[in-house]
Amino acid sequence: MKPHLLFRNRDFCPAWGMLPKYPQPTRWRDREYEEQWALLPHVLRMVTQDLELDILFKSMAQGDRYLYEVAKNVVLLSVPDTGTILYRQDILRDCIRNTKVVREIYGICDESIEGYFKEFTWYTGKSADSVRGTSIRALTLFIGKLVLLRKVAEDHGGTFESEGFREFFAMLKRELTDEYIVSLNAILGELSLPAGACITAELGKGNKGTNYTLQRCREIPPQTWIARVLSIDPSAQYSFTIADRDTTGFRALAEMRGKSLNPVSRILHQATDHIFRFFTSLKIELAFYLGCVHLREELMRLGEPVCFPVPREPGNRTLTSKGLYDACMALQKNQAIIGNDVNAEGKDLVLITGANRGGKSTFLRSVGLAQLLMQCGSCVPAESFSADVCRGVFTHFRREEDHEMRSGKLDEELTRMSEIIDHLSPDSMVLFNESFAATNEREGSEISRQIVCALLKKRVKIIFVTHLHEFSRGLFERNMGNASFLRAERKPDGERTFKIKEGEPLQTSFGKDLYHRIFCES
Amino acid sequence: MSRFSILYANPDMAVSREALKEPAFFSDLHLDQVVDAVIAGYEEYDLKPFFYESLKSCDAIAYRQEIVRDLGNTRLLEALKSFSLGMQTMRTHLAQAKKLHNFSQKRRWFLDAVAVYCETIERLGNDLADLDLASRGFQALREFLNEYSHSPGFTSLVAEIAQLDAELSGVTYCLHIQGNKITVRKSKSSQDYIREVEHTFKGFLQDPVQPFQERFPEYPEMNHVEAKVLDLVALQYPEVFSHLSAFHEKNLNYLDETVARFDREVHFYLAYLDLVARIKNENLPFCIPEVSDTEKEVESREGFDLALAIRLSPQGIPVVTNDFYLEGRERIFVITGPNQGGKTTFARVFGQLHFLAGLGCPVPGRTARLYLFDRIFTHFEREESLGNLRSKLEDDLLRIHSIFTTCTPRSIIIINEMFTSTTVQDALYLGRKVLEQAIQLDLLCIYVTFLDELTMLEKTVSMVSTVAPDNPDVRTYRVVRRPADGLSYAIAIARKKRVTYEAILERIPS
Repeated sequence: MKPHLLFRNRDFCPAWGMLPKYPQPTRWRDREYEEQWALLPHVLRMVTQDLELDILFKSMAQGDRYLYEVAKNVVLLSVPDTGTILYRQDILRDCIRNTKVVREIYGICDESIEGYFKEFTWYTGKSADSVRGTSIRALTLFIGKLVLLRKVAEDHGGTFESEGFREFFAMLKRELTDEYIVSLNAILGELSLPAGACITAELGKGNKGTNYTLQRCREIPPQTWIARVLSIDPSAQYSFTIADRDTTGFRALAEMRGKSLNPVSRILHQATDHIFRFFTSLKIELAFYLGCVHLREELMRLGEPVCFPVPREPGNRTLTSKGLYDACMALQKNQAIIGNDVNAEGKDLVLITGANRGGKSTFLRSVGLAQLLMQCGSCVPAESFSADVCRGVFTHFRREEDHEMRSGKLDEELTRMSEIIDHLSPDSMVLFNESFAATNEREGSEISRQIVCALLKKRVKIIFVTHLHEFSRGLFERNMGNASFLRAERKPDGERTFKIKEGEPLQTSFGKDLYHRIFCES
Repeated sequence: MSRFSILYANPDMAVSREALKEPAFFSDLHLDQVVDAVIAGYEEYDLKPFFYESLKSCDAIAYRQEIVRDLGNTRLLEALKSFSLGMQTMRTHLAQAKKLHNFSQKRRWFLDAVAVYCETIERLGNDLADLDLASRGFQALREFLNEYSHSPGFTSLVAEIAQLDAELSGVTYCLHIQGNKITVRKSKSSQDYIREVEHTFKGFLQDPVQPFQERFPEYPEMNHVEAKVLDLVALQYPEVFSHLSAFHEKNLNYLDETVARFDREVHFYLAYLDLVARIKNENLPFCIPEVSDTEKEVESREGFDLALAIRLSPQGIPVVTNDFYLEGRERIFVITGPNQGGKTTFARVFGQLHFLAGLGCPVPGRTARLYLFDRIFTHFEREESLGNLRSKLEDDLLRIHSIFTTCTPRSIIIINEMFTSTTVQDALYLGRKVLEQAIQLDLLCIYVTFLDELTMLEKTVSMVSTVAPDNPDVRTYRVVRRPADGLSYAIAIARKKRVTYEAILERIPS
């Protein structure tokens, strides 16, 4: 039994400390936020930091730590596969339509998981016998919840249209028939061993008993001497009892029992674990969609446009959008902000130059954010958006000047670059923001040129914000068909519009304007 | 009486009484460390005496060398290791039987011990059957095993074990545990119920997970509940359990004396070759030496200090090898050169090689031609002991005197830095006197000294420990055959300190 609401044919595996490993030592929420953050691979921490994804996750979570972690996992583990993206978009549309039912299912998962943790706590014994007992109780609880889930499926299944939900509801009906539920409950009753344990054994090494195997306890052996005389099999049957205070005797007895119970405990434990995982997966998957619903509601409240993006197969380069804006900035400022239109069809490289504080970085971030949101199956912050799907989105942003290590700045940048390169493959995407400017223009340009040319050769998609003129001009003069040059707009009177338009790199970066404004106005 | 020995051509030979204590030169040559390393892990065989006594005839050495050559065959080596393991298992089973209290348990462990013994013997016989064995020792072993494993006593033992095993594995029973009450009866065991449970939960068992399992401590003893159950089981299978007791009484003395002796003695080779295998590599070769009791023109290529190799190899530190040879009338190596340059190590190598060759063992080095000595004497510097009222010089002289009163022309003497406590004039004089005696006796001798003049005597060969030419602080630990040149070391240091002629000219501005 698998929910399969994030992937058509497989489970979603949260990567960074979401699902506790077997056996469950702690629940994810017992971990500190910092600890959780440290679990992220460094390249992804950079992406999160550079695109300010924290704001996005918080908006998706609406104060729920669980939703926050799920959003982080699903967004960062983006899928390079248009089929899956469309599959999720359909499910998300269902969730937008039936938010109440989805919340109900989410509630059932939550109760099951909480109930499970009440049974299996850190002080639950690790013996076969105690695992048998707790598993039986947990399974009884789970079976009840599964029946409840099936009822929801029967009542509301009709209003869901997506392939994912239809298959999910059909699976519940198929796998949980009434007869099956009855036989499950029967065997659970039997395994609670109301008439004691019947165990067969053989002689092992040194004549110690071995191969203790549990048998179904059908006949309770004759108790009275009359019954013994009358019993059909008169072959000897001998008994003895262990004295009440003989603790070692009881321990020995428990050991024999335990050895025979090992196989059934394994089965019960595995079944419990399976259903626990089912509920956990379902909870995670629904949590993601609820997060998407939250984000959409938030952005709509600000009066911003939201759309379902059109993903293209990897390699079919495009970056076409209307009204593309940086959702994180909008959420942070709590107001609608200006969007940009972009139309870079068939471009491997988008190079952005122009006025300082002219909206270049914001634009770059909005591209990265939309790409990530598209690739997790969510709606994106734009009027329309279409892009080719990438194998991983990476960011290389200039870091704030660190006074302690000024001399090592370029060193640090190149170290980060080398780290990113470890993760790149064809059709990956890298966003550069003012990179390699820590040295003089000539050296920085040469480094940038070598890196960019190598990445293009390896078919990596690049969006590069730079004011290294020698670098950008050099690329422009090559007349490459697969490069697009954008510029932060500046009106003739020097006023910035925060619009990014197509345009060749210009020599001055309008720093003069900034200088004038700051020095003349103050 | 045992019928052959893997250590001695004549099975009546054994280690002598003196071999029970460590020879005097052992610690000087670091052979004590070598033997400790060899027998580590083989303590139960009491191998030390075998390593304390070198052999007295070339044939006795050849007998062992043949065996070592045969052991180069890995199939033979593996067969012997598995034999050794089998005998060990047998012994642990017997020890277990002794430790336990429950009667039927003791008997069963005994049965297992005998079963392991029989298997071990049969397996070794089979393993040896088609091997190409050239040594007298292993041929005798093969013949013995062939005879023994076909003897009526042995074959009937094997048959009875099989019979008893079959009977015991037919003992199955059922326990019904209700609260504190246990009921025991005969029953067949079956996995059907577990399969049924598994089938019911089939839909939930698809994920590959680490299966739950409670671990129970494995120990051979039984607690009183198990013992009680076993007693009740025995009541239900009386014939089987009385057969088990009868077997024990009948076969108390099953172990053959020759097998037992072979089991101990063969570990002399296994232990030593085990050590060789750990040390040996491209740069640290071992060889089976040529041993002569007439020729004193000894020679070794790439020999090394085995004790040093044992210490350094695990740390991955390379061990330096050295060559030496004596030709014509040469008998004595006089070794000079910087301290810590490998002089003492060289002296030890010479002694170790000879002693190990005398045991019939392979020795460190690519090739070796060695002399069959009668005794080895060493004179290494001792700590001055307070309980000893004599002066150090006097002590030195007394010790060297006692050596020269007992040695013969077939002995080997190794002298390390003698007379350091006196003036150069005295040391020179006394050293010359000692060497003259050695020259006169025509015995093999190593003389480690700081006096270059002593290398000029007849029958002596000068060997010099060296340093890296450009950096005198780096010792090469190489000892080479060349005239003593006390100067090169001093010159090298001068160059490093930049006080050579050229350096001084450069440093002082004109």
